[in-house]
Amino acid sequence: MLTSIVRYLRRFLGCEPAASAARSPSGEDSQSTPGRLQLGWVTDVGQVRDHNEDTALVFTAVQDGDDEYPGFGLFVVADGMGGHRAGEVASSLAARTAVHQITRQSYLPSLLGSERDASHPALTEVLIDAMQAANKAVSEDVPGSGTTLICALVLGTQAYIAHVGDSRAYALTDSGLEQITQDHSIVERLIASGQLTREEAVDHPQRNVLYRAVGQSSTLEVETHVRKIRPGEYLLLCSDGLWDLVGDEDIVDLIRAATSPQRACENLVAAANEAGGRDNITAILWRSPLG
Amino acid sequence: MSDDQETACGKKAMTPSDPLETHSIKDSLSSSTETDEEKGAAWEDRWDHQRQAAAERSPGVDGNLPKGFLLQNRYRVLTVLAFGGMSAVYKAQDLRFSKAKRICALKEMTSTASDPAVRSMILRNFERETNILATLSHPGIVQVYDCFTEGNRSYLVLEYVRGKDLEAILDETRGFPSEASVISWAIQICDVLSYLHSRERGPIVFRDVKPSNIMLDGFGRIRLIDFGIAKMFQGSKKGTMIGTEGYSPPEQYQGISDPRVDIYALGATIHHLLSKRDPRLEPPFSFHQRPIHQTNPRVSPELVEVVNKALAYDACDRYGSAEEMQRALRGLHGARSVSDPDGFSLPADGNKPIEPRWRFAMEDEIRSSPTVWNGTVYVGAYDHNLYALDAATGEFLWKYATDGGIASSPCVYEGTVFVGSADRVLYAVDASDGRIRWTCPTEGRIWSSPQAAFHHVFFGSDDRHLYAVNVDSGRVAWRFEADGKVRSSPHLGEEAIYVGCEAGIVYAVDTGGDLRWRFRARRAITSSPAVTDAMVYVGAQDKCVYGLDARSGWLAWRYRTDGPIISSPVVSNCIVFIGSADNHLYALDAESGRLVWRYGTDGQVSSSPVVLGSSICFGSVDGGVYSLDAETGDLRWRFQTDGPVTSSPAAADGVIYIGSADRHLYALPA
Repeated sequence: MLTSIVRYLRRFLGCEPAASAARSPSGEDSQSTPGRLQLGWVTDVGQVRDHNEDTALVFTAVQDGDDEYPGFGLFVVADGMGGHRAGEVASSLAARTAVHQITRQSYLPSLLGSERDASHPALTEVLIDAMQAANKAVSEDVPGSGTTLICALVLGTQAYIAHVGDSRAYALTDSGLEQITQDHSIVERLIASGQLTREEAVDHPQRNVLYRAVGQSSTLEVETHVRKIRPGEYLLLCSDGLWDLVGDEDIVDLIRAATSPQRACENLVAAANEAGGRDNITAILWRSPLG
Repeated sequence: MSDDQETACGKKAMTPSDPLETHSIKDSLSSSTETDEEKGAAWEDRWDHQRQAAAERSPGVDGNLPKGFLLQNRYRVLTVLAFGGMSAVYKAQDLRFSKAKRICALKEMTSTASDPAVRSMILRNFERETNILATLSHPGIVQVYDCFTEGNRSYLVLEYVRGKDLEAILDETRGFPSEASVISWAIQICDVLSYLHSRERGPIVFRDVKPSNIMLDGFGRIRLIDFGIAKMFQGSKKGTMIGTEGYSPPEQYQGISDPRVDIYALGATIHHLLSKRDPRLEPPFSFHQRPIHQTNPRVSPELVEVVNKALAYDACDRYGSAEEMQRALRGLHGARSVSDPDGFSLPADGNKPIEPRWRFAMEDEIRSSPTVWNGTVYVGAYDHNLYALDAATGEFLWKYATDGGIASSPCVYEGTVFVGSADRVLYAVDASDGRIRWTCPTEGRIWSSPQAAFHHVFFGSDDRHLYAVNVDSGRVAWRFEADGKVRSSPHLGEEAIYVGCEAGIVYAVDTGGDLRWRFRARRAITSSPAVTDAMVYVGAQDKCVYGLDARSGWLAWRYRTDGPIISSPVVSNCIVFIGSADNHLYALDAESGRLVWRYGTDGQVSSSPVVLGSSICFGSVDGGVYSLDAETGDLRWRFQTDGPVTSSPAAADGVIYIGSADRHLYALPA
């Protein structure tokens, strides 16, 4: 606080009445400018299934140079379902469609510094559109299949998240692991409505029944979140193959103990496999840059 | 409209599908996929999609009969009423009655499946549906006249109901259907359910009560249609999981089918009709989290109570039978017709009269918002004066006369009151005695309310500038040139100052007066931004509330209200509260911009809300000062003044201070 007042007063000394456009990045600004992206991901078939219906898609862009431009990261996890290999086709198609739409609507325009303008869609609207496009593509091209879909768009330190299904986003902060998304599963609703305890839910027969998924209906209701991920904090996206088998505390310990986000993802997946690996396992981990 | 789907991997999803889809088919199919599970059987939904897609591509084939087509040498197709899933419904003329134009509905079911087993299953289900329907006779159930099969298509000849289903009616209705109509429909549905549930040959659980399955004819009479999944209720035997996403009770997902399933679904249907919130777009079983009065406060609490009871999670807490629910509805109906003709009533608490601690009369309207500091209330009035009143008693302390009306709200900083006036001047007045310290002239009227921090006071002027002025000397440290008049009040954040202008732009200006970013809305931004460490929230006269990334100005989300926004948002507990000229106060989720609740008043809400503990307080142009529960939007109390309330409340020590165009400043117990 004191430093900001000092900085503030310093700026007042000798400042001009009219605004001037010139400025240089201050110490604080450069802190938020990503240098190297700290990022890792793994997708694994697990111990029981014979093929991997999960898809992880990572799209990043970093500008290096003096001019301040925030890093762009787009992380997608999709967990497909449907027989005859339709699951992986659906999850891949959903992820690719969403990324195509998001980069076209948000990344490419931002490269040329388009004005912040209400005539452009809001970033959450871009994400929702992308999820709808994925829904349409899967419904049309892979009928009879479905997939969960979670997209996290990271710009600077802000994360924009949209999801459908039970693949999750977590923030790992100083105070622990915080689940950002709520599963669109019947069991989650039964728990929320007090019909079921967490303990009873563990072996509930409808544990995997979703009430919302991509490729299931002509309209898709998408949940969105905007979350600041402070420097040093983590954003984790994962499929139920991870969170179903590895407890929150273990997730925290494994991430904190790892030397890099990539190593953390490998350890998380190994832990899920040790616990039985009964489903495909996918994790994407991003660390907000310290500067 | 949904079914459970099971896949090779064991993950399931509920599928909303077409209203006319025949669920009974899925019923049988899902059991076959279950046995086939490990082999990776495809979802039975697959050919629905294929067929639907095919139908969209080439209408007129694949079960889509052309106009004039003759069936059984008796039924001439007139038009297609609905098409989807594996069935279509046509309007047809029965030529057997040559002298009269007898119209009927033809429900057609087609199998495009090449698998003969699947095809025979479809036929079996068709026969089952027909047989159930044929044994039923009730004015609230659509009548079956005939049935036949031609090739791979089977037809059901039904009574043609001139009218629309409740879903279509709801979509077409502006505002809400009247409470009396909804009660009347519900009573009739109870009658049908009661008939089905108490049938001698064993109760029939309809299992799919929802607006699109209820037809309303021109005489206000309802008919239940589509018995696709109605099935014989056989003791405690568990059925397969089928049901309409959104309208089904929890136990239906466990495969339990009991008459109380229909009670719940009827409750869900009434909830949808009254609240206009489609449960298919909401998480299942979330009715209690979004009470009807959030969107439609005029529904009587008694009716809400009936709906809530029908929607109890636990089947034992619901009405035990359709008759019992019907009695409750009839009771309401009678009670309502004698008193309270418009159905409007306040919650019990809302009737408690609020007595002001004191009120103080000025010489003109108060549009400015008061500020409380050190036991003193400061407020400007259109009578040109800045007043200082004792906060506890309302006693007059002093006033300072400017040369213009004051619509700007004062701010107090280090013993000085700052206030702008329509005379284009910012005044710095001693907070204790009202003596002038300095003035800072600008080139435009000042409507923006000054904010002070870091030894400087910041405010906007109609001369299109944002000013930073030294609090001691009144010297202008810098001016930031905006694209339009600056009537919005600046928000001083840790890293930047955020302000809007009448040209519709929000600026983030750093503490040296340099632009960091700008965001352009479609209309003027008179509202003042609210800021958290991550986001900037602001309302615009283009009717939208914007959530912007505080660092970059990128638009994170927007929420459209139905009226221009002048009210400034306030953020508390991850909720953004803001008023709109559409007469509502909105509570939006700060992370997603999604509506949490909204509260309707009878006038525009241009007052900016203030959070006090767990309540939220604001004024309306209807003359009311409202206090709502911040979490639920329930009315805590309302206080009526004699003029529009555009002033925003100030709160201190359990007292709310707010001005009205009736020229009074009120002190109300919070």
